[in-house]
Amino acid sequence: MTAFDYTVLDRAIEQFGNKESSLIAILQYAQEHYRYLPKEVFPYLSKKLGISEARIYGVATFYENFSLEQKGKYVIKVCDGTACHVRHSVPILEALRKELGLSEEKKTTDDLMFTVETVACLGACSSAPAITLNNEIYPTMTPEKAVALVKSLKENA
Amino acid sequence: MIEGMVIAGIATGANDGYIYVRAEYPKAVARLTLAIEQATELGLLGDNILGTNFSFKMHINRGAGAFVCGEGSALTASIEGKRGMPRTKPPRTVEHGLFDKPTVLNNVETYANVSTIINKGSEWFKKIGTENSTGTKTFALTGNIQNAGLIEVPMGTTLREVIFDIGGGVRDGGEFKAVQIGGPSGGCLTEEHFDLPLDFDSLSKVGAIIGSGGLVVMDQKTCMVEVARFFMDFTQKESCGKCVPCREGTKRMLEILNRIVDGKGEDGDIELLKELGEAISKTALCGLGKTAAGPVLSTIKYFENEYKAHIYDKKCPAGACQKLKTITIDPELCKGCSKCARNCPVNAIKGEIKKPFVIDQKLCIKCGACLSNCPFKAIKEM
Ligand code: SF4
Ligand code: FES
Repeated sequence: MTAFDYTVLDRAIEQFGNKESSLIAILQYAQEHYRYLPKEVFPYLSKKLGISEARIYGVATFYENFSLEQKGKYVIKVCDGTACHVRHSVPILEALRKELGLSEEKKTTDDLMFTVETVACLGACSSAPAITLNNEIYPTMTPEKAVALVKSLKENA
Repeated sequence: MIEGMVIAGIATGANDGYIYVRAEYPKAVARLTLAIEQATELGLLGDNILGTNFSFKMHINRGAGAFVCGEGSALTASIEGKRGMPRTKPPRTVEHGLFDKPTVLNNVETYANVSTIINKGSEWFKKIGTENSTGTKTFALTGNIQNAGLIEVPMGTTLREVIFDIGGGVRDGGEFKAVQIGGPSGGCLTEEHFDLPLDFDSLSKVGAIIGSGGLVVMDQKTCMVEVARFFMDFTQKESCGKCVPCREGTKRMLEILNRIVDGKGEDGDIELLKELGEAISKTALCGLGKTAAGPVLSTIKYFENEYKAHIYDKKCPAGACQKLKTITIDPELCKGCSKCARNCPVNAIKGEIKKPFVIDQKLCIKCGACLSNCPFKAIKEM
C-alpha cells in the first residue's frame, strides 16, 4: 500500500476554508479525487476542522451522493427521475445490471470496472430516458444502446 | 436572478447570498459560477458595489443528493455543513435562519422576477396572470409529450393550451391519460381538468399544487398504481427519518403499493392507504412528509378502478405491471424445441419435444426468461 495522499484534503480545506460550513464542499472535493470517501478522510478532517468524526460520518452517510465504498472505473448513472421513469428507464437499468451481474445491493463489479447506480433527475428530462457515463450525458437511451455502450467499454478496456 | 438577490440584500441589509443547486446539474453550476465571476468583475457584486458602501457576496452550494434540502430549515442546515434535517417551526427562517441569523429564503424563479418587476412596475406585472396568481410561471413539461422542455406561460394558462398548443400533444400518437403536476409531492390531473387554469387557487381546489413546476404527461400505457408506487419509493428513500409518521408511514404505504403491483393486493388495501396517507399528511413535521401521500391519494381519487383491477382481478389495465401479465405459448408457432423449458427458473413450462409446450400459470413467476429465449417468437405476454 502506498501512503495515503492527504494533500487533496489540504487543498480542499485551503480552497473552501477551515470551517464547519465547508464540510460538504470539502467532502465533495475529496470524493471527486478519490472517487469515494476512503476511511482515512474522517480522522484527518476531524482533527483539521475540529468537528467530531461521528459528525462527519453522519454528514457523509446522510447525503446520497457520498460513497464510502470504492466505485468502478466507469460509473454509470441511470436516471430514474419521473420524466425518465415514465419513458421507461427501468428496463435500461435492468439490462445494465444483467449485463454486468449487478443488482440493487451490488452496485460495483468485482474487478472495479463498472458501477451502476440510479439518480433522480439529471436535468436532461427533455431527452429522457437519460444516463450518464462518468458524468457525460447519453440522451434517449434504450436497453440495447446501453448494453452496447458497456460492451464497447469492455472491449476497449 | 443575481440582481434580484442583490436587491433583496439591500432591502434586508444582508451582505451574503447563497445559491443552493443540485450537484446533478453541472451545467447550471458552471453557468452560475461564470455569472457570479462576471458580475464581480463588473463591480456589480463584491465590496462597494458601483462605488456605494453596500457590499454583497454570492456563494454557490452544491447539493449532495438530499431531496429534503428543498425544505427551508433543512436547506440552511445543509449550507451550514450539517445533515439536512428540518426542525420544528417557529422560529421561522426569517427570524432564525442561516447561521442563526434572520434569513430571507426564496426560490430562484422568484429572485429572477425581482428586477423586471422593479423596472416595469408592479402594475405591469399584475396585468399578467390571474388576480391572485400574478405574473408568469415556468413549467418543466416532460414525459410522453411531443415537445418536451422548459416553458414560461402566464399564470392561469389552461392545461389544454400547455399540453396541446405548446406541447404538441401526446407523443407517438398515444392517448392522454394524466399529468402529474408539482413533482413527487404533487398530484395528478386528468382529462376533466383540461380547461382548468394553472394557478394557485384553481389547483388547490382540485387537490393539486404547482410545487416544483413539473408537468409530467402520461399516456394510456402508464399504470397509475405503479406511478404512485414510484413516487412513494422516492419519498420513502428521501425521508430524513426525523419524525415517525413520515419515516414509518411512507415505508408502510410503499409496502402496500409494492404488494398491489406484484399482484398480492388484498381487500382493504385502498382504505388502509387512504387512512395512512391522511395520517401522515396531518402529523408529519415538514413539507416532504405532509405531501408524501399526495400522489397516492390523488391517483386513488381519479383512478380507483385501476387500483381495484390490480387488487381484485389481478390485472393491470395499462399492461405495465410485469407481475400481472399472463405469459402464454402460441401452439401455432411453437416448434417444441424445449429451449423455453430449459430456461425457466421455476420449471413452469412442460411439454414433449416437437409438440407445443405449455406454461403452468400457477407456477409462472412472470420473469420473462422464456420470452427472450424463444427462437420462434411463439411466447406472448399480455
Ligand atoms: S416529515 Fe419526513 S422529511 Fe420531514 S422532518 Fe419528518 S421525517 Fe424528515
Ligand atoms: S428525470 Fe431523468 S433527466 Fe430529469
